[in-house]
Formats: sequence, structure tokens, C-alpha cells
Amino acid sequence: MNSKRLEISVGAFVIAGILALVVLAFNASGLNFARDDQSYFLYARFENLSGLSERAKVSLSGVTIGRVVSIELDTEDYVAVVKMAIDKNVPLTTDTSASILTAGLLGEKYIGLSVGADEETLMNADEIADTQSSIVLEELIGQFLFSRSE
Amino acid sequence: MIHHYLINAVRRMGINALAVCAGFGRASWFLVQSLTWGKGFKAPFSRLVFQVYQLGVLSLPIILVAGLFVGMVLALQGYHILVGYGSQEAVGQMVALSILREFGPVVSALLFAGRAGSALTAEIGLMKTTEQLSAMEIMGVDPLKRIMAPRLWGGIICLPLLNLMFCVLGIYGGALVAVDMLGIYEGSYWANMQGAVEFYDDIVKGIIKSLVFALVVTWIAIFHGWNAHPTSQGISTATTATVVQASLAILALDFVLTAVMLGGF
Repeated sequence: MNSKRLEISVGAFVIAGILALVVLAFNASGLNFARDDQSYFLYARFENLSGLSERAKVSLSGVTIGRVVSIELDTEDYVAVVKMAIDKNVPLTTDTSASILTAGLLGEKYIGLSVGADEETLMNADEIADTQSSIVLEELIGQFLFSRSE
Repeated sequence: MIHHYLINAVRRMGINALAVCAGFGRASWFLVQSLTWGKGFKAPFSRLVFQVYQLGVLSLPIILVAGLFVGMVLALQGYHILVGYGSQEAVGQMVALSILREFGPVVSALLFAGRAGSALTAEIGLMKTTEQLSAMEIMGVDPLKRIMAPRLWGGIICLPLLNLMFCVLGIYGGALVAVDMLGIYEGSYWANMQGAVEFYDDIVKGIIKSLVFALVVTWIAIFHGWNAHPTSQGISTATTATVVQASLAILALDFVLTAVMLGGF
């Protein structure tokens, strides 16, 4: 085989390999190259995250509009502070409430938002005041048992 | 007399242990020498291109067909397990995660050891038997730089690329069975997959695994060729040793790498 055809086939092989990586990155992992300037940040304080992790979904009416960026512990009030990146095209009212939900019975944790009726909207670095922590199954069972025994 | 027998047994054990130790020493020295190029870049580069053709392009058919069928079988098996829990929609994420994390790197490396590794050992073993390697040394050409380095780097370049193509074919093979044959909704196949697969944790770690396997398989293959007894039987023994040792090394290393990556220890 002459060297030109050999080089072409090797080049095609390497390009196919790199294309495979691109296909995997976009089709399989849904890698999102959206930069930070496409979104704004909101904070929310929760008493208990119970399994919410970084990169978890933030959804509104079942549509994913953002992701959890970071989770920190406020050492003054001992509550978890969650930083979320929200799509810039989705304005949220100031009385928006956030709650930690579970997808299906055993699925992953995500933050569900529901908007209120206010006319003002939340700006970058604002805080969602109305939050509801995740339901902890053990606590629920405990309450149920205590209420039955009385 | 039993006294002599015991002493001989201990002596044989010692000789064997020293031989194993010397073998590892030779193999390590061999690897370090083969990883570096000789003088002049142009000529070695064209030899590298030829090795990528030999090891990569010619391995494509078996890798692609295997990827397609592994993906199809995974979708079929996964569907029949998941349908018992009513969560057959999760078949996409099951296929993608098992292929990206395990089947892709491991099966492509096993096939690479059988297809390309054995060929490397036989080729270099025959070069040694026909005294081409000694002739090079007499001419002042280092066979480790001229023969081994392009093959070693060729293997390291090819296997990760083959692994990526294996994964793509596997995931699309899974889609073929799950969506077109078993009637899973196409949107949930891909959306569940994208929700579960992380670019760094699954794809990049799979590539890292593949790189390690590539180095080990190619190293074992060319070392056995270089170290073969210069007889026809020596070549056949060396080729068998390559396939057996490379396959075992892949499977054992896969466990170690998985344990490290998942942080189980």
C-alpha cells in the first residue's frame, strides 16, 4: 500500500475516534457547554438536604431550568446554603418557593421551584426565602408511630 | 538422601524466584528504553503512522462489530430484568453506564490483545529468529528505538480511540434493540442516559482505563516478542503467553482501577 493511502486511512481513523468522543460527550452525557453568563445565581437555605448533591437538577413545572452549583454549611444558623445557577431566560418572582423533591419513589433528589404572584423578580445573588426541606422517611415513620401510640 | 532432595527443591525455588525477578527487571528496562524515540523525528513519525494503521485501522472491523453486538445484548438482557420492576425506561442509562465504564475499555482491550497483541509478538519474534534485530544492532541501530518505540506508542494511541468507537457503536446498538425492537420511547432512552452519564466520571475515566490497558497490552506483546526463544516453537509459546498474560492483566487491572475510581477503598 502506498504511503498516501496509508496516511489517509490513519487520519480517518484518528478523526473517527475524536468524533466518537464528541458524540459520547453530547449524546450520552449531555455535556452542557453553556457558560456562566447564560445563567444567574440564586441562594436558598434548607434545614435538611438529605441526599441533594451538586449538579442536581432545579426544575420548574417539571422542566429543568438550572443546576445546583455548590452546597455549603452556614456555621451561624447551622443550615445548608445551596447555590443554584438558573437559566437567564427564566425570571422568577420574589415569592418563589423552593422544595427538595424526589424523582419517583427511589429516584434522585432535585429542587422543585414554584412561582408566586409577585410582580418583582429575583435578581442575581438573591435568596429564595420560602423553602421546604426534604421529607425524611425515618422521621415520617417516627411521627406516625408516636401518633398511633398516644 | 531426602536431605539432598529438599536442598534441591529449595534451590529450584530460589532459581525460579530470581528468574521471575530478572524477567520483571528486563521488562521494566525494556519499557523505559522503548518509550523514548531515537534521534530524528521525521522517519520515526512515518513508522508511527504505519503502526497506527497496523494496530488501529486493521482492528476496526472486529471492534465495531463487537461493540454493536455487546450493546444489543445488553439492551435485550437489561430490558428483561428491568421490566420486572416496571422501569424498562431506564434501559438506556443501564446500557450506557455499563458500556462506558466496563465493557468498552475491557472488551476492546481483550480484543486488541487477541487481534493486535498476538500479531506484534509473532512479528517481533520472527524478526529475532531471522536475526534482523541482531543485524540492526551490528549496524549501530538500536532496535528498541527503531522497532519497539513506534509499536508501543502506536498501541497507546490506538486503543483509546478504538474504545471510544466501541462505546458509540454499543450505545447505538442498544438503541436499535431497545427503541426499534422492544418499543422503549426514544426520548426516555436518551434522556435517562444523559441524566445518568457524567462526562468526567464515566467517559474520561473509561478513557483513562483504556490508556492503562493499551500500555500494558502493548508492553507485554512486544516484550514477549523481543524475549522469545529464536525457534518456531519459541514464537508460538511467546504468542500464547502474550494473549494469556495480557488478558489476565487487563481483568486484574480493571478491578484495581475500578476500585480506585469508585473510591471503594
